[in-house]
Amino acid sequence: MSQHMSMRNIWRWIRAATGDDAYERYVEHHAAKHPGEPLLTRAAFYEESQRRKWSGVTRCC
Amino acid sequence: MELLKNILGIVLSIVGACALTMIAFHRDEPVNALWIVTAAVCVYLLGYRFYSAWIAAKVLSVDASRATPAERHDNGRDFVPTHRWIVFGHHFAAIAGPGPLVGPTLAAQFGYLPGTLWIMAGAVLGGCVQDMTILLLSTRRDGRSLGQMARDELGPFGGFAALIGTLLIMIILIAVLGLVVVNAMKHSPWATSTVFATVPIAILVGLYLRRWRPGRVLEASVLGVALVLFAVVSGGWIDSSPTLRAAFDFSAVPLAGFVIVYGWLAAILPVWLLLAPRDYLSTFLKLGTVAALAVALLLMHPMIKMPAMTQFIDGSGPLFGGKVFPFVFITIACGAVSGFHALVSSGTTPKIIASEGDVRLVGYGSMALESLVAIMAIIAATLLDPGVYFAINTGAGIVGAAPDAAVHTITGWGFPVTVEQMKALANDMGETSLFARTGGAPSLAVGMASIFGSSFGRGLLSIWYHFAIMFEAVFILTTLDAGTRVGRFMLQDLLGNLWKPMGRTSWYPSVLIASALVVAGWGYFLYIGVIDPNGGINILWPLFGIANQMLAAIALCVATGIIIKSGKVRYAWVTALPLAWLALITSTAAWQKLTSADPKLGFFAAANDLAVKLANGVLPPEKAAVAPQLIFNQRLDGWLTMFFLAVVWFVILDMLRVSIRFLRGRPVASSSEAPYQVSRLTST
Repeated sequence: MSQHMSMRNIWRWIRAATGDDAYERYVEHHAAKHPGEPLLTRAAFYEESQRRKWSGVTRCC
Repeated sequence: MELLKNILGIVLSIVGACALTMIAFHRDEPVNALWIVTAAVCVYLLGYRFYSAWIAAKVLSVDASRATPAERHDNGRDFVPTHRWIVFGHHFAAIAGPGPLVGPTLAAQFGYLPGTLWIMAGAVLGGCVQDMTILLLSTRRDGRSLGQMARDELGPFGGFAALIGTLLIMIILIAVLGLVVVNAMKHSPWATSTVFATVPIAILVGLYLRRWRPGRVLEASVLGVALVLFAVVSGGWIDSSPTLRAAFDFSAVPLAGFVIVYGWLAAILPVWLLLAPRDYLSTFLKLGTVAALAVALLLMHPMIKMPAMTQFIDGSGPLFGGKVFPFVFITIACGAVSGFHALVSSGTTPKIIASEGDVRLVGYGSMALESLVAIMAIIAATLLDPGVYFAINTGAGIVGAAPDAAVHTITGWGFPVTVEQMKALANDMGETSLFARTGGAPSLAVGMASIFGSSFGRGLLSIWYHFAIMFEAVFILTTLDAGTRVGRFMLQDLLGNLWKPMGRTSWYPSVLIASALVVAGWGYFLYIGVIDPNGGINILWPLFGIANQMLAAIALCVATGIIIKSGKVRYAWVTALPLAWLALITSTAAWQKLTSADPKLGFFAAANDLAVKLANGVLPPEKAAVAPQLIFNQRLDGWLTMFFLAVVWFVILDMLRVSIRFLRGRPVASSSEAPYQVSRLTST
């Protein structure tokens, strides 16, 4: 992956690192792998991903 | 390229060796903190460059051509192949909690050297190795948890021990962290109002992320961080208004009550409302503050004022009892070896790792960075005047509640401090008093405030101090929320075996009861810690350290067993040596806590000593009132230590049993590794 340090790239990295782009990635994945199946809304996807994230050990001492 | 890397290795070795010599042998003159940072960074880079590469190649046979669970089960949700630096960031944010800040601060009572050396050596030879190994083993097993791996590879007993061990550690951990927050807020309206304000701010951010702008993490976090910073500043205004001031001035017992009720609410409310948004805030603050602290340390490059070793290595320390061996290794768990990391390394991270080749950076690298955070914490504690450090961190039960008595005792130890000096310091920090603020948070905040103050402006010392307190409190409360929730799931799982409906994680009565039981568990230890005139930390922190190191021993047992079963017994020392060391220190520490006749060290000795004093009527009335509870608690802690010791030795023996069977060619549980599948991802 040859990446130059343009503002656009940096912004993309920040979004990816914080999970800001999680829904877009889900939509992309959905379109590629499961076209035609029902798609979660932005709010439903967010709530589901938080519930999943916090049902295991995700934070430490 | 290879030549360049080798030259780099040689340069690092020389610089590292010089720095280590500086801090270890120049005992007569004060040492600059930069030498410590340099030594640590060189040690981590060398460990990463050589030891982790060797382990990856020889011991774990890391194979970048093998598809990871993220690739095989890619579902766009929890299994997502992710770039290695992003995985690194997530994993670091997950493992780095308040532990590496508190432990080194307390261990500074032995001087700067024992803690510093253990943080470096423990990390590169133990903690980083554990994290990387468990991460790879879990990645090879579809992201299975430590408990599941223990059950699959060793047997049902190993799995059960890991589950019980985790649950109990969680309870002790939350109690001790709760105590740190309570002690930081006690009679400090500024700190209390700021910490309280983080709750409505988190809820606001939660509503923003769920209702108004779903999933816009960046916008919401920026908004939340701005509000939290405003809360720090406005805490100062509250503090300067006599009426508002009184509204936020609480003693420890009601504050503990608030924390207990808060913990229960956080565990039963939907995660999006309080837990998740608080975590976004704390992650941003944590990463930002750690980076700022590193920059400020480089700018300030302070001299270390604490001696390399104090007289307290003989076991007479005022913060907690026990000699430097084994107690420095118990006090500093997080930052050197932390068993808890094995749970994170076998949780979310293995599900997003794109290539096995990334486990070095993510597993070994993240832990090395956390270890550096611990180094910064020990620097922040040891750059204070030792007299000030002891005045802040020693409980009133040891040096006396009156400032005159306290400074007299501490000066008598050879660490001069005056009442005027403490008063001026408290005034600078915007507090009424800094005497006997046990728990590590206030002294770390004073250290951080002086680092930030001298690098970025001295006029704002009180703001920096309360920023540091808020920063610690925010992510302590995140760990408290998340831990209570995980504890609840574990308890529901256990109770589900007794009565089916209790095992349904979303059945509301089960949620309420299991959460209440977990909160009652840690709430009890928190309450006892709060009423203990010696500060409570002196009892709870060693118990937590022993428990956390024992969880690491369980994780290393699982790793060693798997390495032997994979036919690599000649390399088993890589995890077996840290395991042997942890078994030695935790067993020694536990043994001393159980059998020592010194009431400052032994649980049962302390209980008996207090019982005799109570019976003879020599206790002052306020101490006599709480004595029965303290006596019961010391005995309970003793029984708990015995239980931990038994669990860890059963797991070690179980691992040895399985390994010996394997080496003799007898049948053992077959490997639970997922079959090899070639990766189709192009390397990034």
